[in-house]
Amino acid sequence: MNKRALTIVIALVACLLAAAPAMAQKAVKISFWHLGVNEPDKSFFQGVADEYMKLHPNVTIEITMLENEAFKAKVTTLMQSGDPPDVFRTWGGGLMSEYAKAGLLRDLTKYVKGTAWGNSMASGVLGVYQYDGKQYGIPYDAGAVSIWYNKELLAKVGYKTFPASWPEMLKLVQKLKDAGITPIALGAGDKWPSHFWWSYLAIRLGGRPAFQGVLSGKGSFSDPPFVKAGQMLLDLANMKPFQDGFLAATWPDQAGVIGDGKAAFHLMGQWAPQTEVAYSVSKKGILDKEGMAAFPSVPGGKGLPTDVFGGGNGFCIGKNAPEEAVDFLRFMTNKENNMKYAATGAIIPVVKGADSAITDSNAKLVKGLVDKAGYYQLYLDQFFAPAVGGVVNDSVQTILAGTATPAEAAAAIQKAFEANK
Amino acid sequence: MKRSARVAGLPILILLIGPAFVLFTMLVVVPVVQAAVYSLYRWNGMGPLVAFRGLQNFRSLAADPIFQKAFWHNILIVIVSLGIEIPMALGLALIIGRSDFKLAVFFRTFFFLPYVLSEVITGVLWQFIYHPQYGLVRAIVLFFSPGAQPPILLGDPKVTLWVIMIVIVWKYFGFHMTILIAGLQDIPQELREAARIDGASRAQVNRYIIVPLLRTTIQLSVFFSIIGSFQVFDIVWAMGKGDPVNAAETMVTYLYKFGIQRLSIGYGSAVAVTIFVICLAFSIFYQRTVAREQK
Repeated sequence: MNKRALTIVIALVACLLAAAPAMAQKAVKISFWHLGVNEPDKSFFQGVADEYMKLHPNVTIEITMLENEAFKAKVTTLMQSGDPPDVFRTWGGGLMSEYAKAGLLRDLTKYVKGTAWGNSMASGVLGVYQYDGKQYGIPYDAGAVSIWYNKELLAKVGYKTFPASWPEMLKLVQKLKDAGITPIALGAGDKWPSHFWWSYLAIRLGGRPAFQGVLSGKGSFSDPPFVKAGQMLLDLANMKPFQDGFLAATWPDQAGVIGDGKAAFHLMGQWAPQTEVAYSVSKKGILDKEGMAAFPSVPGGKGLPTDVFGGGNGFCIGKNAPEEAVDFLRFMTNKENNMKYAATGAIIPVVKGADSAITDSNAKLVKGLVDKAGYYQLYLDQFFAPAVGGVVNDSVQTILAGTATPAEAAAAIQKAFEANK
Repeated sequence: MKRSARVAGLPILILLIGPAFVLFTMLVVVPVVQAAVYSLYRWNGMGPLVAFRGLQNFRSLAADPIFQKAFWHNILIVIVSLGIEIPMALGLALIIGRSDFKLAVFFRTFFFLPYVLSEVITGVLWQFIYHPQYGLVRAIVLFFSPGAQPPILLGDPKVTLWVIMIVIVWKYFGFHMTILIAGLQDIPQELREAARIDGASRAQVNRYIIVPLLRTTIQLSVFFSIIGSFQVFDIVWAMGKGDPVNAAETMVTYLYKFGIQRLSIGYGSAVAVTIFVICLAFSIFYQRTVAREQK
């Protein structure tokens, strides 16, 4: 009896041992983290993962979706535990560089340098995802921050298009206020939406030379363009153009206010229209009456009206990821899939020739801004390491809340920048 | 007899204390020691510890006006907890803790309910209530005076901390009330009756008999309240991350924001060590002075 039981156990173990190597070679799990919690992103990522699994039946892709802020918090913790997901969202820039420095990311240089994959994208776009000359991320989207406005509300005060210069914009703000319309939606509680305003003003005022000065150490954030940007933002804030309680509002709040037609315009990236749909009460947003315009020019500024402040979205590969993770990323960012995603109107494609898939007229305009940009500056809170980016965001908030002067805010950013060198 | 108990006790001691001891060491003692080490370095949480800075993290911390503000906010929360939350809990406990009060069970549950909610859910819930566009407060104000300008609550740095304080009191007074009711039930009914027969009024009974006998329980409540006030995080975080402009920053939100979010784990550890020392010093002080008197 006992002997028989033992024989069965041995037989079973032998079977498992025999099967194990064969299975280990085949079954592969890829953890895939993105933050497309809303449509159409959600369906796109699910679809592309399903398709890849169909083509490679041995691969299982486990998707984790998190909202923007939750994603940032969760990934930070995972990184510190030294166990990054296999494929996960990145904005490139400073935070990605910190991860790369710590050896948490897979070096993708050999996969893109001189390969068909690498050549399918513009080198400038790939550059955002490089650190120390090595490629650590692959983009699928590269856009621009721009003004998104409600044509209907602007028409009420006699505007057909959005004003091209800052003083003209201030006039529009005043007219909207006089008409009882909230001019601007702003989610200053999340901070990064307000840093868009300050950064764009600094780019218009100082252009590429101002930022190069900061980076080379010849200039600083205390230089006139950065202080004046704060002053101009403060002047705008003093007109009280934002929705009630904007200092504690989040980005979803901001999107909701615009999507519900309760404010005339806001400054946001290429994902604005889709997010407005998701957070509007009607779940329809204002797509049919939405206009897009470049950030207004600033008279006397050294920046060109074509300079673009923006960023895109891409993916990194964690250090422990299987080879299939890279292949999946290659699949996800091939021309066909990039076009498929672009056709939804949610992204501005990066693969050469994929822009023919853009159907949305506003997305075409964003693509136009990106293509014309001589100087393309990544979001400052992503461009710098978190210890500096966080201070940029905080300092802009102190200007808006009136607790620091524009000069004090600029000095705080410079101090953080120097401390982190 | 005594000896055999000791011999037989050892394996049982290991069995009973062992798991708790191992868990406590792993999850409390080890991290505390690690944090103390990290706090002496400049470290982003990834890779080896190399940049030793001595006590520089602590010096920067003490000099940071935002941390000073956060510390002061914690003190304010302590004051409000002791000045409003506990007296309110005591008053309610005296009313609904009486055995002759008919609806006692209903009210006990009713006031205890907020404590059952998780902190984050509480925060999100109140964020809706305070919401400047869709919130309940706005709706109430507009109902009573149409056309009025509804107050801005979480978005106004001058009032943010106070409206969050309301939530903290709302959430925790029920907990203290329950502790106090439990204490009340230990006081023999005869004492109350005897005092009444001797001609003491209800208020006098409460003032001279019940409250003095509740002393140990009140001390416990005060202790929980102060330690809890120093560690407030979830509610504040869920209701705007301690912002705008650090208006509701507490020491722990400061730790999370400036330590973890900014990848300054060394600095964050210095904050954690500071909070730990404050709480430890307070606990020892409390045990030595207030709690000692009862013996």
